[in-house]
Amino acid sequence: MATLTLREKLAILSDAAKYDASCASSGSAKRDSLKSGGIGSTEGMGICHSYAPDGRCISLLKILLTNFCIYDCSYCINRSSSNVRRARFSVDDVVRLTMDFYRRNYIEGLFLSSGVIRSPDETMGEMVEVARRLRLEEKFGGYIHLKTIPECSAELIERAGLYADRLSINIELPTDEGVKKLAPEKKPETIRLSMAKLRAKIEEKAEPTLRTKTRERFAPGGQSTQMIVGADKTSDDGILKTSARLYSSYQLRRVYYSAFSPIPDSSSALPSQKPPLMREHRLYQADWLMRFYGFGQGEILQGTIDGMLDLAIDPKLAWALRNRGQFPVDVNRASREMLLRVPGLGTKVVDRILQTRRHRRLRLEDVGRLAKSIAKLRPFIIAEGWSPGGMTDKAALRQTIVRSCEQLALF
Amino acid sequence: MQTMQLAFSPFNVALASETDFAGWRNAARKLALNDIAPQAVTWVVDASAAKEEETLPEAPEKAHLDVPRSFVSRAEAVICHSDPERFALLYRLLWRLRREPKLLEIASDPDVRRFEAMEKAVGRDMHKMRAFVRFRRIETSNGEHFVAWFEPSHFIVERNATFFVRRFTGMCWTILTPYASASWNGETLSIGPGAAKADAPAEDAAEELWQTYFQNIFNPARLKVQAMQKEMPKKYWRNLPEAALIPDLIAGADEAAREMIARMPTQPASHHTKAQALHWQVPDAHAENDDGNYHSLDAVREAAKGCRRCPLWRDATQTVFGDGPPDAEVMFVGEQPGDQEDIAGKAFVGPAGKVFDAILDDAGIDRQKTYVTNAVKHFKFEPRGKRRIHSKPNTSEVQACRWWLDKELALAKPRLVVALGATAALSLLGKSIAITKMRGEVVEREDGLRVFLTIHPSFILRIPDEAEKQAERGRFLNDMRAVKRLMS
Repeated sequence: MATLTLREKLAILSDAAKYDASCASSGSAKRDSLKSGGIGSTEGMGICHSYAPDGRCISLLKILLTNFCIYDCSYCINRSSSNVRRARFSVDDVVRLTMDFYRRNYIEGLFLSSGVIRSPDETMGEMVEVARRLRLEEKFGGYIHLKTIPECSAELIERAGLYADRLSINIELPTDEGVKKLAPEKKPETIRLSMAKLRAKIEEKAEPTLRTKTRERFAPGGQSTQMIVGADKTSDDGILKTSARLYSSYQLRRVYYSAFSPIPDSSSALPSQKPPLMREHRLYQADWLMRFYGFGQGEILQGTIDGMLDLAIDPKLAWALRNRGQFPVDVNRASREMLLRVPGLGTKVVDRILQTRRHRRLRLEDVGRLAKSIAKLRPFIIAEGWSPGGMTDKAALRQTIVRSCEQLALF
Repeated sequence: MQTMQLAFSPFNVALASETDFAGWRNAARKLALNDIAPQAVTWVVDASAAKEEETLPEAPEKAHLDVPRSFVSRAEAVICHSDPERFALLYRLLWRLRREPKLLEIASDPDVRRFEAMEKAVGRDMHKMRAFVRFRRIETSNGEHFVAWFEPSHFIVERNATFFVRRFTGMCWTILTPYASASWNGETLSIGPGAAKADAPAEDAAEELWQTYFQNIFNPARLKVQAMQKEMPKKYWRNLPEAALIPDLIAGADEAAREMIARMPTQPASHHTKAQALHWQVPDAHAENDDGNYHSLDAVREAAKGCRRCPLWRDATQTVFGDGPPDAEVMFVGEQPGDQEDIAGKAFVGPAGKVFDAILDDAGIDRQKTYVTNAVKHFKFEPRGKRRIHSKPNTSEVQACRWWLDKELALAKPRLVVALGATAALSLLGKSIAITKMRGEVVEREDGLRVFLTIHPSFILRIPDEAEKQAERGRFLNDMRAVKRLMS
């Protein structure tokens, strides 16, 4: 094989990484370079330095160390049977690219993943070496996310956590059956165990040490995972059930949903169609309901026939329409928990309502000024001088709201 | 118009610069303390006029003005907004805050809303500057220097410069904007006058690599142009090296996506067969020869890893099998692993395990010499946010898992089994037992196995009253002492 230039390698190994959903650079410890005199900082909130025309944020240099891989997961462009062009970065290449991009303010840091070559430990060892060199030799203070390989040794995970902000292990698909079918060499049992070990390590390191009473640094941005949506037949209810299990079991910061995207030279076991982007979007909304709105997983799709999220309306509105008996809610009296269940009221708006109503009673117009749109929430609230009357129970309510919200729709 | 307004505005305040917060604060303080209404004040930015003799009346002696602390810091942000009305708005808010100290909490008030909107706009502009500044590298006589040209919507350079210092401490850089510039030489930050785009370097060799990345990280099958433009409005594009590629990427996206879908699966790549042969030919170790006859506890433990006898494996992390020497005289049987046990893969290591250990210790029993296991070997729970709430295994789950417990009993052959709680008793004796009534008793099974009945140690943990908790702990300790006597 002819030697590839750095640019050619970058083209191949960023193309290979683009099916990965996560690009977050948030949630780590605060850090800057004032003391070290180096380069790089993280300040809690991540920064998106650019946006690709697919609407996705470009925050990190998201690349694979190599796209050679011994696994043959049918949904993956880099599976061993795929005819995609292959390349491999040296540790040097990745360190140089990261620093060159970071100095020009193109990125927040590095998200390094890799195909598995030869052995999990060998691949993971090189990824850890990239992180080590960035931190120790380049005095790099930016964000580092390492995708860890489930089968690698505990010692490598320990070292990875020392340098990285976030570690992640992909669950791949929502069910073990799906993994067995589409990624026959991957072991769901091993993936669970790796997540459990990572959680144990993060908790262990969060405790101050006996001797120095300080906390050792270990993946301050926690762990996350990703699952592919639409490659197998799992329903949204099944997907959310898996998420609820993962959040509660392994203290994940995030579960990413990645709409299965057709890949060139794809396996015939898979759907050849445009990725289900709206479904992905609705899953994220439902995920938010579980994490920030006090919804139990089982509630979100309770009462639906097929366990699928409504693509035309957001999951909270769909839930409210199925549970009209709980509405209307009085914005001047209701609890925070109940206000959070009103369609169209986000967490911030609810907090503003609670703050403002200590000083004056809210009218419908006031709520309208705080929220984005009044059309969606009007039938579900009572305010000073406003009652929805029979509106809440009208059979055509769904249609009415959908029509008035259409102009605001995301797609 | 101008003269009309001036006629109503006897007080004309000139500020030294667009972001002269100290000047605004000083003037606003004097005006408010002299009870001068907002309608009577006009605000202008005029550096030369600001230097002239102060015309405002001095604040009365010992007078003081109280405002919420947050107002000051938020006003510092709002003053960076480009709206010329901001000085008047801030003064009006200050004026109103004297009578309405909670004003800022009333989110529906039009002045407050405007204030918040400006604060948000400044914050967003600062955030976008942090995102979209693009440095270009040049060589100077002092080594490398990074220079950027940026066009902010508001007066944010001074306010934002410290961010770039914190981030790019180890390099020398300059950010040029139309109204001001910021420069860092590795030691000190200096704010200078505005510049023109032509003052910044026109290119950087790294941009070709950056464009390569931008082009390839884009997935044409997911085209969402509106979402991109919402976050990266076109006004920023002219200073972003990657933005030049966007029109072509959009135009070619449909074609590229169609091609991705249409490209038929081909023959496996040539190295595939080799990789398969090399890495995946090892047969699954415990799938073979599993006839249910195991000759050691280790073999049962291995076999139980893949247990599918009931649905509990689905949500749990792993099978938590019993642990202890194969010749242990006594076997403790609990209910099921908990959150900690599920993660660690070992029985009785969580909070209940710690209580259990401490009491065994007090009773003089060495846990290392006992075999500790559970009636059910997968953790059953309900997810609740970031936590897992223990749920009690049902009869069929206990029944299914008895298969493993029986193997453990058969191979370890303990002289005494201690049932910790009702679930363990159910599994060991095959019927429901009222533990509180029968605790401390030894029941002999038909096969001659002696089963000592007591509570589960987690019961102690759940007692809220400290005195009662200690009493219960004492009773459990007595039970363990009885076990110790039975052992010898």
